[in-house]
Amino acid sequence: MFKLEPRVEFSPMISFLGPLFSIVLTMIFGGILFFSLGVDPVAAIKMIFWDPLMSETFAEYSRPQILIKAAPLILIALGLSLGFKANIWNIGAEGQYIMGAIFGATFALSLYPSESVFIFPVMIIAGIIGGGIWAMIPAMLKVKFKVNEILVSLMLVYVAEQILALASLGFLRNPDGAGFPGSRNLNDYPSASNLELINGTGIHLGVLISLLMVIFFYILLFRHSLGFKIKLIGHSPKAYAFSGDSPNKMVVICLLVSGGLAGVAGLFEVAGPAGQITIDFNVGYGFTAIIVAFLGRLNPIGIFLAGIIMALTYVGGELTQFMLNLPAAAIQVFQGMLLFFLLSFDLFVNYKLKFLKD
Amino acid sequence: MDFSEINIPILIASLIVTATPLILAALGELIAEKSGVLNLGVEGMMIIGAVSGFIIGVETGSALLGIIGSAVGGALLSFLFAFIVLVMKANQVASGLALTIFGLGIAALLGHPYTGIAPPQFQSFSLPLLEDIPIIGVMFFQHDFVVYFSILASIATWYFLKYSRRGLVLRSIGENHDVAHSLGYKVIATRFASILFGGALAGLGGGYLSLVRVPQWTEGMTAGAGWIALALVVFSGWHPFRLILGAYIFGGITILQLNLQAIGVNINIAILSMAPYLATIIALVIISVSRIQGNKGAPGSLGVSFVKVT
Repeated sequence: MFKLEPRVEFSPMISFLGPLFSIVLTMIFGGILFFSLGVDPVAAIKMIFWDPLMSETFAEYSRPQILIKAAPLILIALGLSLGFKANIWNIGAEGQYIMGAIFGATFALSLYPSESVFIFPVMIIAGIIGGGIWAMIPAMLKVKFKVNEILVSLMLVYVAEQILALASLGFLRNPDGAGFPGSRNLNDYPSASNLELINGTGIHLGVLISLLMVIFFYILLFRHSLGFKIKLIGHSPKAYAFSGDSPNKMVVICLLVSGGLAGVAGLFEVAGPAGQITIDFNVGYGFTAIIVAFLGRLNPIGIFLAGIIMALTYVGGELTQFMLNLPAAAIQVFQGMLLFFLLSFDLFVNYKLKFLKD
Repeated sequence: MDFSEINIPILIASLIVTATPLILAALGELIAEKSGVLNLGVEGMMIIGAVSGFIIGVETGSALLGIIGSAVGGALLSFLFAFIVLVMKANQVASGLALTIFGLGIAALLGHPYTGIAPPQFQSFSLPLLEDIPIIGVMFFQHDFVVYFSILASIATWYFLKYSRRGLVLRSIGENHDVAHSLGYKVIATRFASILFGGALAGLGGGYLSLVRVPQWTEGMTAGAGWIALALVVFSGWHPFRLILGAYIFGGITILQLNLQAIGVNINIAILSMAPYLATIIALVIISVSRIQGNKGAPGSLGVSFVKVT
């Protein structure tokens, strides 16, 4: 028999091995899943994890795609990780992402077709505000009325999706679009376009900013008192109370930061890779970012790596759809599995197994 | 637009049908939460119930077997959750989210070949004599047995929690698992059973959606119903009867909104479609304001992993 003993000292080794083991286990169980769907498991796994980077036929297209997809995941996951550390659960990033895009696009299109260098910077601010406002609703309701932020932030995703429908069918619909739903394409509007900075690499401003944010969050968490307080309130709310700060302040900070980052991620997407507001503009980055945050163990460097890996599974997943006719949902199952293994592995991060002699 | 097109007895009857999957899923979650487990995977378990019930219904040609299959499907998925949070002691909030993501994916995968097929007809189970009462008969007594089951299950749950010895043990485990453990009660076993019960009922709710209410399989068809069920548990203050009340109010809002869309009222469809979600948020605010002192009803150990110390 064995029993569990809480780990007194943090083991970086175990903490690093967890995500690694989880990925390997996901590959194995994912392979079984693919096999049961009648697909060659080795080919599918190779196509998801290897081909987007190394294949001669696809890599030229898919390498930039990895950065394009990783940027929003990293931006959103960084914001969420703050709250998750402090036990503040914003799971409505998908809605904040949509609202950031709508705010930014609305601002830009209201000025169309006038050109100015100030338009794009103000759009970025509008994106932050849009996501921030959407996250402040659960924050305020939690602070004022102790309403559960998980449920409110999630409900607001569905509301945001309806506003998205309203925008693409109504107030943002392209007047020259022959009645089709969807806004004007911002890529045809130079002042509002978030173009590739280096041709063929996929690097747009959002990618650069997501990398800067990784560094910024690293400093914030490990070198700044706010990072310490966030960890403190997560581990021991009672100890935090002695610091004299109100826990409400943390609720507002964590939701505002995560909402703002989700909003700006939406803005970069709508002005860049997506180009326009459409009914199906959101593709689930806000939810996948939750997995990214955990896969990265809520650590900025970890989140960066996790964002790249998760983007790889997205791009690889698309390849398997085209090439092997795998359903799109298979990759979602794959991602869910990964999260299960990760969370289960936390047992060994938090506890030591002690074998008992009978 | 013509408001006289809205038939009130039929409105009430369809309100009850709308509320039934919510009652079932919320009731299961209520038991799990009373035992101290917060399972945010209700949406995932519901959609697995919806797809497994639909597939079994179509393949066997029996709606009844489909309904049973939906409960089994939901329970199977919840087994995974129970293992991860009870044995591996994983964070319950994150594991519940994982369960939802995983469940939505599996359901989309399994359901894909079944899109657009009509499921077997469900027998309605009218209550003799009562069904013939004018108006009231249409509203309350011409439903299928799942509707009556949801009411009976609520009463049984209430009785179980309030008056039975096992119910008392379950509640004590939810309030303080360390004390309950030191008294010799089986914390992990009880919670395991509660999670499975919750999964079965959530699955049943999902099966009711795909086999009776819609009745069809479409990807992501639960559309947040699982999350609304979670909100209902909070709204009810962990009380089965207030849970029924909340579900019927919510069902009323949804049905009214659909009726207004149908008669072409001059409000944008997107705005009407927001109504159920906004109503949920407003309900949560009202309920929180009314019991702002202390979280009355919430179990003390809710969401905390249990690890044997001795």
